[in-house]
Amino acid sequence: MRFKVYVTLKKGVLDPQGQAVQKTLARTGFEEALSVRMGKYIELEVADGTPAARVEEMCKKLLANTVIEDYRIDPT
Amino acid sequence: MKFGIVRFPGSNCDDDALDACARVLAPEGTKGEILWHKDHDLRGVDVVILPGGFSYGDYLRAGAMAAWSPIMREVKAFADRGGWVFAICNGFQIACEAGLLEGALAKNASLHFECRDVHLRVEGRPTPFTQAIPAGRVLKMSIAHSEGRYIHPDVDRLEKEGLVVFRYVTPDGRLTPEANPNGSMANIAGVTNARGNVVGLMPHPERAVETLLGEGGEDGRRLFESAVAAAAGTPARIGAR
Repeated sequence: MRFKVYVTLKKGVLDPQGQAVQKTLARTGFEEALSVRMGKYIELEVADGTPAARVEEMCKKLLANTVIEDYRIDPT
Repeated sequence: MKFGIVRFPGSNCDDDALDACARVLAPEGTKGEILWHKDHDLRGVDVVILPGGFSYGDYLRAGAMAAWSPIMREVKAFADRGGWVFAICNGFQIACEAGLLEGALAKNASLHFECRDVHLRVEGRPTPFTQAIPAGRVLKMSIAHSEGRYIHPDVDRLEKEGLVVFRYVTPDGRLTPEANPNGSMANIAGVTNARGNVVGLMPHPERAVETLLGEGGEDGRRLFESAVAAAAGTPARIGAR
């Protein structure tokens, strides 16, 4: 079974990397780029029959730091 | 007093911490040894140090994977029993990821790897590593990190409970944005847990234990001496300057 996991910074958490990317886009001629927030994209393959709860646990325990990050699991 | 310094793959400040405990502080009766991250054995140490470095290459998030290293099962149980844990830099990141301390360390607001001296004010509830240092004392130490911005969802509660033990200040002890090298909330440089037996900080006390190392000074040594005094039960007041 395959999942796409998206890990993103929580709203309100400063993202200096995203800011740097936005500034570079704007400087490079893409002034219309107003905001960039950087996250992580993880392709997860698990054994057939793995319950969804286990994938949730993987996210909560390791893939995301729930103090500052949110996660979303998309089955593929 | 025996210090055990956990070595993870990618730790690189373990030897400095070992040198501080085993050689520099030896006259105070201390011993030090390295604990390999895969061993399920803390070898009867009195203090566990989680050292600085780049455990697991900082992959995924700094400290995220070291938090699940085999020995962390014993370290967590040790902390639950009240054992003293000293979490330095990457160690602080590991401690937060492992739930030994609250909060998280994120990328520096400046986006720079900040490698310089900072000044810390000692405050908060007593801990083994600070109890012998007068509250409000300013110590000088170095930092070397890219992800040291401390974030906590409820800083007010943290403050109320006295869990902030080190704060970035100016050399004369004032709280200013300029004194904050990484954008940490409330200039927080280090915290402790509710019980006061686990202390984490981003600066490197083990790099400030001998005046031989130029302007590094000896302020970091005070934290180790405080733990030795706490273990001996001697009511000391150190760091008189």
